[in-house]
Amino acid sequence: MEHYLSLFVRSVFIENMALAFFLGMCTFLAISKKIQAAIGLGIAVIVVLTLTVPVNNLIYTYLLREGALAWAGYPDVDLSFLGLLSYIGVIAAIVQIMEMFLDKYVPALYSALGVFLPLITVNCAIMGGSLFMVERDYNFTESVVYGAGAGTGWALAITALAGIREKLKYSDVPEGLRGLGITFITVGLMSLGFMSFGGIDL
Amino acid sequence: MATMKEALTSPIFKNNPIALQILGICSALAVTSSMKVTLVMCISVIFVTAFSNLAVSMIRNHIPGAIRIIVQMVIIASLVIVVDQVLKAYAYAISKQLSVFVGLIITNCIVMGRAEGFAMKNPPLASFIDGIGNGLGYSVVLFSVAFVRELLGSGSLFGVEILATVNNGGWYLPNGLLLLPPSAFFLIGFFIWVLRSADKEQVEKEEFKITKNSRSVKEAF
Repeated sequence: MEHYLSLFVRSVFIENMALAFFLGMCTFLAISKKIQAAIGLGIAVIVVLTLTVPVNNLIYTYLLREGALAWAGYPDVDLSFLGLLSYIGVIAAIVQIMEMFLDKYVPALYSALGVFLPLITVNCAIMGGSLFMVERDYNFTESVVYGAGAGTGWALAITALAGIREKLKYSDVPEGLRGLGITFITVGLMSLGFMSFGGIDL
Repeated sequence: MATMKEALTSPIFKNNPIALQILGICSALAVTSSMKVTLVMCISVIFVTAFSNLAVSMIRNHIPGAIRIIVQMVIIASLVIVVDQVLKAYAYAISKQLSVFVGLIITNCIVMGRAEGFAMKNPPLASFIDGIGNGLGYSVVLFSVAFVRELLGSGSLFGVEILATVNNGGWYLPNGLLLLPPSAFFLIGFFIWVLRSADKEQVEKEEFKITKNSRSVKEAF
């Protein structure tokens, strides 16, 4: 239990997707003008990451890994080069299924997330989650915890940035730095702050 | 022919994918701590953008609208797999250093964005050139960031020592901050500042205009 807890905390704070690995930056910068929208997108990312990382973990362990097809009678087959294609396929499919499911059963949430769901397919944080899972050799339970943690960390970061940007719009920023430029520098400062979690060893 | 040239050069400064369109920043920051890795990353991105644009544009009239995203995704993912395998075979050390970021070219918004925004509407050759142009625009930003980070962060360029560091008996004390992730944000922020000061058209509109202080100094105090 302790192992999972520390994995969770590590993926939220120390290895924060957005601020330590710069994943999902495009949406991170584009959709962080309003807190409301940022929270919606954050929740969508948490849900999608918690679903896709474990599913990709199963696919990797039982279909793609070297020797993974032993149960089907092909112990020498190594399909890991197909990884990238399968992960992105799984992500696109899960996002699509989730969209249809929400539309049918939870229309309120669907209309709240509406615009952001399709965007998530091309969010690097989602793909990055699956790739990190493979690289670090997580097992199934670890991948569930990691997916949830990474999503939470990303949501936390985008909400915080949206909060700062809402205050920032009243400030007098130099002309060329206005908008995107000052946002980059703000994110840099935030990332510097998050680095202080680096010393925590769980 | 003028449009071809424009397709190639306008994304480099005037319509830079990173600085103006906010595309493809994800990988831009993580791989820029050394020039060598950056070079490999840039070549990979140019290759993928150019050829995915070419492929998408060649079959653009045969793709049903409803599934076009999936089709583009498959083309891009296949190209990235090629790049990934080549890197693993011929530059294993660098591919280890790039780790997940080669795979993340798939979700790099530049590639998707150009396929969807340009290649779907234009003939193959123009799309190919546009792909190279946008790849170059991406590379320009990456290179300038990597140049500063490696030169000031570890006193070298492409691994060759330029500024003799204190550790090796020289005079230069490396600035460790530049090797850390946040510095990339600052540098890109400044890069945008420079670009936009040079080209006033790119400056974003203010949401709120701050009016001049209407009270005189004497009144205020």
